Amino acid sequence: MNPAATSVRRQLQTPPVPASQFPFNPGSLLSIMDLGLAALSRLLSRATALESMDPLLRDRLLAKRRVALLFYESSTRTRTSFELAAKGLGADTTLVSSLSSSIEKGESLKDTGLTLRALGAEAIILRHASSGAAWLLESETRLPVLNAGDGMHEHPTQALLDLRTILAHLRPGIEAIDAETLAGVTVSIVGDILHSRVARSNMLLLPRLGARVLLCGPKELLPELAAGPGVIIERDFEQALRQSQAVMMLRIQAERLAGTQLDLDEYKASYQLTGQRLAAHAPLAVVLHPGPIIRGLELTAGVADGPQSAILEQVKNGVAIRMAVVERALTAAEQGGRA
Amino acid sequence: MTALVIRGGHLLDPAAGVDGLKDLLLKDGRVVEIAAPGKLKLANGSEAIDATGLTVAPGLVDIHVHLREPGQGYKETIATGTAAAAAGGFTAVAAMPNTSPVNDSPEITRWMQAPERGASVRVFPIAAATRGSKGEALNDFAALKSAGAVAVSDDGRPILKDSIMRETLAAAARVGLSVIQHAEDTRLTEGASMNLGPMSFKLGLRGMPPEAESAIVERDIRLVTELRDTRTHLHVAHTSTAAALAAVRQARRNGLRVTCEVAPHHFLLTDEHVGFYNTNAKMCPPLRSAADRDAMIEAILDGVVDAIATDHAPHAIHEKEVEFERAPNGITGLETALGLCLRWLHKEWKLPMGRVLSLLSAQPAALLGLKGRGTLAVGSFADVVIFDPGAEWTYRARETRSKSRNTPFDGWTMQGKVRWTISEGRVAYTAEG
Ligand SMILES: [Zn+2]
Repeated sequence: MNPAATSVRRQLQTPPVPASQFPFNPGSLLSIMDLGLAALSRLLSRATALESMDPLLRDRLLAKRRVALLFYESSTRTRTSFELAAKGLGADTTLVSSLSSSIEKGESLKDTGLTLRALGAEAIILRHASSGAAWLLESETRLPVLNAGDGMHEHPTQALLDLRTILAHLRPGIEAIDAETLAGVTVSIVGDILHSRVARSNMLLLPRLGARVLLCGPKELLPELAAGPGVIIERDFEQALRQSQAVMMLRIQAERLAGTQLDLDEYKASYQLTGQRLAAHAPLAVVLHPGPIIRGLELTAGVADGPQSAILEQVKNGVAIRMAVVERALTAAEQGGRA
Repeated sequence: MTALVIRGGHLLDPAAGVDGLKDLLLKDGRVVEIAAPGKLKLANGSEAIDATGLTVAPGLVDIHVHLREPGQGYKETIATGTAAAAAGGFTAVAAMPNTSPVNDSPEITRWMQAPERGASVRVFPIAAATRGSKGEALNDFAALKSAGAVAVSDDGRPILKDSIMRETLAAAARVGLSVIQHAEDTRLTEGASMNLGPMSFKLGLRGMPPEAESAIVERDIRLVTELRDTRTHLHVAHTSTAAALAAVRQARRNGLRVTCEVAPHHFLLTDEHVGFYNTNAKMCPPLRSAADRDAMIEAILDGVVDAIATDHAPHAIHEKEVEFERAPNGITGLETALGLCLRWLHKEWKLPMGRVLSLLSAQPAALLGLKGRGTLAVGSFADVVIFDPGAEWTYRARETRSKSRNTPFDGWTMQGKVRWTISEGRVAYTAEG
């Protein structure tokens, strides 16, 4: 290409990419990017307040409000967590799963959403195997939609509970967060990044608080184009460990591998988090895992149950975070759309 | 048939080298006379159109549309698709064979052209290259050609096997038909629903690598080279990557008859326009990177691109209101092509209007050998578009004449408003108001 052509080309105006209209509903949480730093701060402190509130008082906050859980993918942890959170605030919940007859008979996501709305659902918590499903549901129903995981795309409440866990360990007692809160902190996310909605949400969240994110994994599970602002690829696991104050291990999503050839023994040799690796390279780091855990694959049982593991804290933090998120979903509109 | 006079307009016919105020007399479906304003000899008693202040040009020719008939009349029919074509200034459309059943027979080819279909403008069927477009057994190209097919293609699917593609190119050359290839190595695009790049990673969607297109274009050019038959004509449909364009450019330098088309969405939009899973930004080939999009613009401006074709691909609303991965590929395009080309290629990027019109009429007509189309020289078909070149307007998908409204250009500003479209001497479209 000659330089003249390039310089001509650079001057060309092209049609702009329109700004996103999402979310339509101020109570929705589709992407972790729906929350600015101020909104994140409010949610985190609200989670703490709700967690420590007298259950009998808390039970009145959303008394008899209707929340639908629409789960196209089975999920014990996230579904139970959302259900306990909504019920903890006094809301009525109803579960529609992939085994429900309307879904089995091929009803579209749009129609299922409209039906739930007509039945009185005031918010829908959606787990779906297709990336973007929460956006479709929100644009069709205009209800508050909480994205409980869409395909390989995002899982914003998981990123929030991960953040709460990381803060509890690295910034205990902190009141509010800002762009410097995690300055100097490195978080490694290790394993099957390509198929992970947890990784994507965390990559969008942690750098906004000043953290450096290292992505670690083999080429098959971590393409070069995953890197971005504040997100660096470090293929050497031990190098990554040495720099990290927090390590997030991910499960290999065999169900999404679709033709990718992966030698599991080789994978374990390079990327399994063992007690020995942890002691040698990151003896003080907090270890996270979004679950479900495959013991003996991405990490050893000893690490999962060991003193550096925060895995069960994450689960507990999930209920607190989701109480705050469900409350926001049903009250954001009343508060003048303040997200 | 009565005669029709077009008076007072500015005739812009790049193929004939005409660019000035002229009156036209159309009779029996043909252009009979062109004269200085007020000087037509045979105009007495004819119906007249006052084209003062308007541009009069050869009717536009779209060599890549999906009219969905036979078989998918809920998306589009030949009647509604050609009505949309007429509204967009098109007087000839070449219809792809991925209908239901696939147009792989002279019977279907004739059926599509029958007067009962109610077409507003001329339909030129493109027949399937292989039986059922399965890429296995060649159809009878001579029979298809005599039934009216103007090219062969398995569009929607590529012809993957080298041996079948070689046979297709050779057999088509023998009967004088072009081979139009949908260049996509489907072994590299399985399960993918958009361009492979940072955007597909961000959205958590599987991506189609640009090499899936360029590898097939390069393979096809190699086959054309090996055949050593100057009658061979390979046409690359909806080119979307810089690498594929580079291959076409090089093939032309080597003296091969390899042509290509680009669709408006591929020179205007990028994968960023997918936004949050806009299924009206999903098509195949997908919207690509900004670098690929810029390569399309550059190749149009410097003349490597032979035609602009819309790949008009209507789908019903309920088919697009689904999860992105499940939505069918394709967008409508017949009503927006001229307005987008004039707004961007001409107004913004300064391509002379005559060249824009040539890419939309004379060049595609020549590419498929549509005699008497793409020009208004005396004796040509009376296929005319009359438009207001300076008028800016907003496209509203809900007002479409197509049965479908799956367009990413809803609400976009267009330039150049079509006032009349005349197909073989009959008024096929008149703007309201
Ligand atoms: Zn195609």
